[in-house]
Amino acid sequence: MKLLVPVKRVLDYNIKARPKADGSGVELAGLKMSMNPFDEIAMEAAIRLKEAGQATEIVAVSCGPAGNQETLRTALALGADRAILVTCEADVEPLAVAKLLQALVAREQPGLVLCGKQAIDDDANQTGQMLAALLGWAQATFASRIELQGDGAALVTREIDGGLETLSIRLPAVITADLRLNEPRYATLPNIMKAKKKPLDTLAPADLGVDTAPRLALVQVSEPPERQGGLIVPDVAALVDKLKNEAKVI
Amino acid sequence: MSLLVVAEHDNHTFKASLRHVLAAARDIGGDIHLLVAGSGCEAVAQAARALPGVACVRWADDPALGDGGAENLALLVSRLARDYTHVLTAASAFGKNWAPRAAALLDVAQISDIVRVDAPDTFTRPIYAGSVWATYRSADPVKLVTVRPTAFEAVAGDGAPAPLEAVSALPDSGLSRRMSVALNQSTRPELESARVVVSGGRGLGSAERFKALLEPLADKLQAALGASRAAVDSGYVPNDYQVGQTGKVVAPDLYIAVGISGAIQHLAGMKASRVIVAINKDPEAPIFSVADYGLVGDLNEIVPRLTDAL
Ligand SMILES: Cc1cc2nc3c(=O)[nH]c(=O)nc-3n(C[C@H](O)[C@H](O)[C@H](O)COP(=O)(O)OP(=O)(O)OC[C@H]3O[C@@H](n4cnc5c(N)ncnc54)[C@H](O)[C@@H]3O)c2cc1C
Ligand SMILES: Nc1ncnc2c1ncn2[C@@H]1O[C@H](COP(=O)(O)O)[C@@H](O)[C@H]1O
Repeated sequence: MKLLVPVKRVLDYNIKARPKADGSGVELAGLKMSMNPFDEIAMEAAIRLKEAGQATEIVAVSCGPAGNQETLRTALALGADRAILVTCEADVEPLAVAKLLQALVAREQPGLVLCGKQAIDDDANQTGQMLAALLGWAQATFASRIELQGDGAALVTREIDGGLETLSIRLPAVITADLRLNEPRYATLPNIMKAKKKPLDTLAPADLGVDTAPRLALVQVSEPPERQGGLIVPDVAALVDKLKNEAKVI
Repeated sequence: MSLLVVAEHDNHTFKASLRHVLAAARDIGGDIHLLVAGSGCEAVAQAARALPGVACVRWADDPALGDGGAENLALLVSRLARDYTHVLTAASAFGKNWAPRAAALLDVAQISDIVRVDAPDTFTRPIYAGSVWATYRSADPVKLVTVRPTAFEAVAGDGAPAPLEAVSALPDSGLSRRMSVALNQSTRPELESARVVVSGGRGLGSAERFKALLEPLADKLQAALGASRAAVDSGYVPNDYQVGQTGKVVAPDLYIAVGISGAIQHLAGMKASRVIVAINKDPEAPIFSVADYGLVGDLNEIVPRLTDAL
């Protein structure tokens, strides 16, 4: 079974994002970009399925500007066999990404698409579900455990409000990875070297017949409301007094 | 304008968040219809008739809708949605699961996790773990919006009962089936709607100490318990305690962060709390910059003393 793993290039999670001065977007110039952490987890899940002999090939895909090649090289160094870059604007919307992935699924015929649950830049949490809808496939979002069953089905445990839920889904399907699915490995130096020789194809949205024009107009990007904090109280008695008499919350 | 609000419920009662989603719907304006889809959920549909501002309750009752699976629900909503200008639901694990699927079936963009209605076609939402807010305008025929419940004050009281209209479900897609569900039983208030939240981080050091120190404090305050990702990953508490960018978003009257450093991903889930207290031994911990009251010191000493003093 072939696995398709969509990976997004995002502002590194250690960096606090700031609006551009004119409010037209988020300041990214010169800042460190990394693979979306949830996609590292999805990638790790794919590698483990291949290591367990349950998958034959891993294809990593990214939709975005040319710089995304770097993220795809990371995916190749981690264990993807091939990579595909669909060159498009930086902020292609989840619906457009889902359509591009749908077209790639038609070409590649994977048995499973493993996405991250959420990109930590747009925090949309949409793409995997949208892709499953377009394909008419089953979906299992927020996965913390995946077990392929061999009879065209998979058991997936999902993190839901209140606890955990286990679904049986028909394959092919889309699964989105949550934080506790696994602990992703790091790419080793020899694998980083080897990754440079692995195939990385580049396509345009037009090659896939997909219109990626945005549906939403970004009106502005702004600072969230500021919070005034920072007061230190000397001891427990002072804290209780403040909570009772100043904040009046207890 | 006509709005369809999709209710989250467990076939017995609707979630408290529904009143917050209705508040967002009221901010948009127009006729508000409510969809109660489930199996054996008549009690929910009946109770929902009295929710203020609801002009009609549409009730779909079918075994195929019983476990809230995304495939069947998204298809049903996408069919009904063509009669509306907006579809709204909570940005909870439930809403996040099926709403994008319905959006794709409708070929519309989804606007996730809104915190403000700027105009009927314009909405503001946090991005980048809440470091930045973005305002988007949608030209889609149906605006599919998930709502951050804590950002909207719940509609209060009851109205005159709205009419109930049965909707027939569609055939089961058969794509997925719920095999089991393990909910954490708790007598505490629900994390997302609690008035007080006591939250613990890696600083607690173990599951035993998390329990021994924070449960008595939470008992005294009738608080819900929350946690940082590090506390969940370390196995101190179950996954659904996680507060943050990728966990739950809470905005209680009082949030007490114990042994939590205050990473941006954690702040994303609690920054809107009315009063924040931080207890941490590191005076440089970023949590103090958002805390109304900070207490620097060893949590092992401070927490029992605080519990005693309450
Ligand atoms: C993709 C992604 C998503 C994430 N999503 C979330 C999320 O939703 N929620 C979330 O919380 N995190 C999330 N994180 C993780 C986040 O970046 C931090 O790693 C995490 O919040 C740290 O948890 P912590 O504060 O408990 O641990 P630490 O950062 O290790 O802090 C522990 C704190 O305890 C204090 N301490 C230790 N001992 C004592 C003592 N005896 N007395 C008093 N204080 C003490 C220390 O001074 C320290 O400040 C995410 C990360 C990524 C990459
Ligand atoms: N531009 C992109 N290129 C490749 N994969 C993407 C892209 N955008 C989103 N994804 C995938 O979809 C997941 C969810 O993203 P989002 O819906 O934007 O939160 C990510 O974790 C990726 O797996």
